[in-house]
Amino acid sequence: MVTETVEIKNRAGLHARPAALIVKTANEFDAEINIELDDMKVNGKSIMGIITLGANYKSELKISAEGKDEKEAVAALVKLFESRFEE
Amino acid sequence: MKEFTVLDLLNLELKAHNELHLKCIAGRKGLVRKITDPEINRPGLTLSGFYEEFAFHRIQLFGKGESSYLCKLEKEGNMKTVEKLFSYHVSCCIFSNRHTPGKRFLEIAEKSGCAVLQTDLSSAELAMRLMRALSNVFAPHKIIHGVLVEVFGIGILITGNSGVGKSETALELIERGHRLIADDSVELRNVSGNILMGSAKDQRLGHHMEIRGLGIINISYLFGVGSIRDRKQVQMIVDLEEWDQEKVYDRLGSGENTREILGIKVPLVQVPVKAGRNIPIIIETAAMNERLKKLGYFAAREFDQNVLTWLESKNARNLYFNNKDIF
Repeated sequence: MVTETVEIKNRAGLHARPAALIVKTANEFDAEINIELDDMKVNGKSIMGIITLGANYKSELKISAEGKDEKEAVAALVKLFESRFEE
Repeated sequence: MKEFTVLDLLNLELKAHNELHLKCIAGRKGLVRKITDPEINRPGLTLSGFYEEFAFHRIQLFGKGESSYLCKLEKEGNMKTVEKLFSYHVSCCIFSNRHTPGKRFLEIAEKSGCAVLQTDLSSAELAMRLMRALSNVFAPHKIIHGVLVEVFGIGILITGNSGVGKSETALELIERGHRLIADDSVELRNVSGNILMGSAKDQRLGHHMEIRGLGIINISYLFGVGSIRDRKQVQMIVDLEEWDQEKVYDRLGSGENTREILGIKVPLVQVPVKAGRNIPIIIETAAMNERLKKLGYFAAREFDQNVLTWLESKNARNLYFNNKDIF
């Protein structure tokens, strides 16, 4: 399992559009992807799940993936967070 | 678990018959103090000067008796025990029956940075509502990927991998007159040790669904308020999975499969998904079957019993006809 911690850098937080982007990226991989905030853990391939996290500016999320393409999956997601969801 | 502060207690969203009617009358600085224990302490002993085993981390509830004792202390000008009480890190004080403590008490509380709250409820009523509210807050909980629907009164949690068709199945169930509680991520709580309560993490997001190709839709606007529910006990889990040629599925339904969530065993039905299989109807039937089981009728067991009786009678008949000695 690969785990990586990221910080949300766009002001608006994880609203619908970033969530859709995350899900789109996550769905390109076979690995099982989870995103955690505090004690909440949701499936990285579900839009409603990610929006439910209610992650706002500067909150820290833990991305974890398990499966044969876990490394690539986490790297792609981290890149997405780093690029502030192209906002 | 996320920290639960006194301010969270004031902001708890409760229904009318559970409301705590709390307001802060002093010590606003103390609103950030954490509540770590769901239980309540009556500080009578402490006020009279006995400090052993003082459960200071609990919420301190001042009822009629404590309030009038405080009045007496204040009249006598003897506030030593009150000062001592606030030298502990008390989470917060609540006065019931709209009692207001004396000026000196409020000053000492203000100085020590402990919130003093007031309510118009009686002590017994407040204690009951607090217990109920806090046991819910402190209940073990977790978020599960799935859809929670109510079908014929049975709370069914539909789980399965992403893309297997959970939301589509739920949508058809709603269209057929059943109810949605939460889509995609369901917050489950272990209430009083044996009930698994499911709801949406946030009511504002709960009654929306994401359907591939359509995007996000609002169920209560599309299908009416009759098609939604805020919370429901999870009484059955339906696990959807891709049809696997190799796997042996339950053909009789006599085995009792369960899945344990937060220490509670919930009946589990595994349903393989394949084109041409109408999953909503299977789920409806499973719900009705579950209700029959609750009423004491077990179809698979009953069927088995009937077969056995029939075989026995057949055996007996054969024995009777083959045994020539009888004649």
